[in-house]
Amino acid sequence: MLKSKSLLGIKDLSIDEINLILENSLGFKDVLGRDIKKVPALRGKTVVNLFFEPSTRTRTSFTLAAKRLSADVVNFSVSSSSVVKGETLQDTALTIQALGADLLVIRHASSGVPDYLNKILDISVVNAGDGANEHPTQALLDLFTILQYKKEISGLSIAIIGDIAHSRVAKSNIYGLTKLGAEVRVICPPTLLPAEIENLGVEVFHSIEEGLKDVDVVMTLRLQLERQNKGFLPSLKEYFKLYGLTSERLKLTKKDSIVMHPGPMNRGVEIASDVASGPQSVILDQVTNGIAVRMAVLYLLGGVKQ
Amino acid sequence: MSILIRNGKVIDPSQKISGPRDILIEGKKIKGLFPRGKGPEADKTVDASGCIVMPGLVDMHTHLREPGDEYKETIKTGTMAAVRGGFTAVCCMPNTNPVNDNISVTEFILKKASEEGSCSVYPVAAITTGQKGEMLTELEALIKAGCIAFSDDGRPVMNSLIMRRALEYSKIFGVPIISHCEDLELSEGGVINEGLISTMMGLKGIPKAAEEVMVARDLLLCELTGGRLHIAHVSTDGSVNMIRDAKARGIKVTAETCPHYFSITEESVMGYDTNCKVNPPLRTDRDVSAIKGGLKDGTIDVIATDHAPHHYDDKNREFDNAAFGISGIETAFALGLRLVEEKVIDINELIAKMTIVPSGIMGLSKGTLQKGAVADIVIVDAGREHTVNADNFLSKGKNSPFNGWRLKGSVIKTIAMGKVYEWE
Repeated sequence: MLKSKSLLGIKDLSIDEINLILENSLGFKDVLGRDIKKVPALRGKTVVNLFFEPSTRTRTSFTLAAKRLSADVVNFSVSSSSVVKGETLQDTALTIQALGADLLVIRHASSGVPDYLNKILDISVVNAGDGANEHPTQALLDLFTILQYKKEISGLSIAIIGDIAHSRVAKSNIYGLTKLGAEVRVICPPTLLPAEIENLGVEVFHSIEEGLKDVDVVMTLRLQLERQNKGFLPSLKEYFKLYGLTSERLKLTKKDSIVMHPGPMNRGVEIASDVASGPQSVILDQVTNGIAVRMAVLYLLGGVKQ
Repeated sequence: MSILIRNGKVIDPSQKISGPRDILIEGKKIKGLFPRGKGPEADKTVDASGCIVMPGLVDMHTHLREPGDEYKETIKTGTMAAVRGGFTAVCCMPNTNPVNDNISVTEFILKKASEEGSCSVYPVAAITTGQKGEMLTELEALIKAGCIAFSDDGRPVMNSLIMRRALEYSKIFGVPIISHCEDLELSEGGVINEGLISTMMGLKGIPKAAEEVMVARDLLLCELTGGRLHIAHVSTDGSVNMIRDAKARGIKVTAETCPHYFSITEESVMGYDTNCKVNPPLRTDRDVSAIKGGLKDGTIDVIATDHAPHHYDDKNREFDNAAFGISGIETAFALGLRLVEEKVIDINELIAKMTIVPSGIMGLSKGTLQKGAVADIVIVDAGREHTVNADNFLSKGKNSPFNGWRLKGSVIKTIAMGKVYEWE
């Protein structure tokens, strides 16, 4: 069982809880391979996806996960701006609870919103990404995908390349990977490095060549294209030149290394097209595994009431 | 009517008094101080046994929110909260709506204060029209209307040339220019101190440099112009060091800090507590130590409250969108007493930094128990503990990170302009 009624971040999870989710994910992955991809685990339960940021893949993944568990799923999309003008977040959330939701899947541009909702709601809250804080199900599906190719996380060397400062995916992965005993490196320009990140137990590299040396896993992050207008980078071209994952650079890693990306990708910005589609890429596995992992999370939280 | 305050320990740094005295008040004035037991007969006596009797506190940095944001605070509630906290004079910042950048707003504030206020109110006017940082306000007219200092508080004057002009032009009148030191480009989007905690919480950080580059700039401009610079709400070790160096070089600068900058750190924000969201942000242990060092050696002259009341709805929301500010006027003195307990400063220094020193910087005749002064007096039981309950604040703003804290030092009575307020 999970200790909390909600999944807010990897930071708060114990190693046992992470392993529990991963074990359950394996079972659900098996379900997804069947002819009839559905189990009755959450029949009669209602999952509401409340997304304040545009998202196609994460929302679709959560929707499919809930449907595969036989839950009723409702998508509640709001643009942040309309809420700023009108209804408060608290009122929106309380309304959804009053409508009878059992699980609330929340994505929001402001860090801490899932924590805030968890405090004011009785129902379970699943963080589907909050600001630059955490994206726990992404990290869990990344761990699950790594385990599909590697025996164990402990002892692996993993490089995360890109916009670490603005990346909730990087944060959640750093928490998860270090908890499970991996050696984590972050590779990025100094302008995209968050303050004092080395205190989270990672090694920082500004040279991609040095950082990639002999790693088992390479995670590339999406570079938001507007970063160049804010003075973080001179140009996307220069970014690709300095930090793009090319097949040449991939040769610096271990022979059996895998390449990951949380999507959506900018080919030619953070990752070369041939690497994205190459034999070491497990990017589409990540997408498929995402459903199984989210099924596990919804299942483990689904019956829990405070 | 005459009142004799008996048996108390009087501490009045303005007269270097620290000992048993009886105080006689007649009407709205202090008639005189007498050795204990030697005071004359009066219509009424107040027993201050076991208590400190001191001048009413002077807050040189208060947000009363009126006009414009009366749902957060009014002159009536803000001055009542002040009196509850032991303050009998407040200097209210101009970032109201409309901004106090013209005499009609100043006159409105003073009229309201005289009709509904519980203590003296001294308006601080904006340095620039609309606090836009572009054109100087009419200093002469505003001073004549009753403004005592100038500040674009809440916003910095980003344009260095305008800041230079303000420091120069204000020399005609000898009034202080109070600087809210923040480089808006460096702080843009930031909500807490930049560091490991901002990284862990995924919140945009405000680097210490956002404050310090402006402290450095303003110290240089102060040196250049010979104007009277006062630095508001100092929060970092770097600022303290630069102000210390500037003072050693003979630059005419004064500085304040606020109780939250020496009482709590950025760690209080963990859990996304919006009551800890304040600008400048709560910093680190190292900064807290430096602030204490600055208070101890006199680098920081004043403890002001930066009382920034907000409505519950403005704080009960996404951290990014929650308002900045702490409702602090009712907890300031008790938090100050912790410095005495920790032996950072002694009780005389604490009271000086909250009475005669800010009064002097602002050019007021407050913060003293001298014969003939207005009867602004506070009676405090320094040993009496109480639990902070923000719901019981007289301020409309219940936004306190100190809610639930057990604090030593309770205001027993406040006498403001001769009127006695009894608490508990």
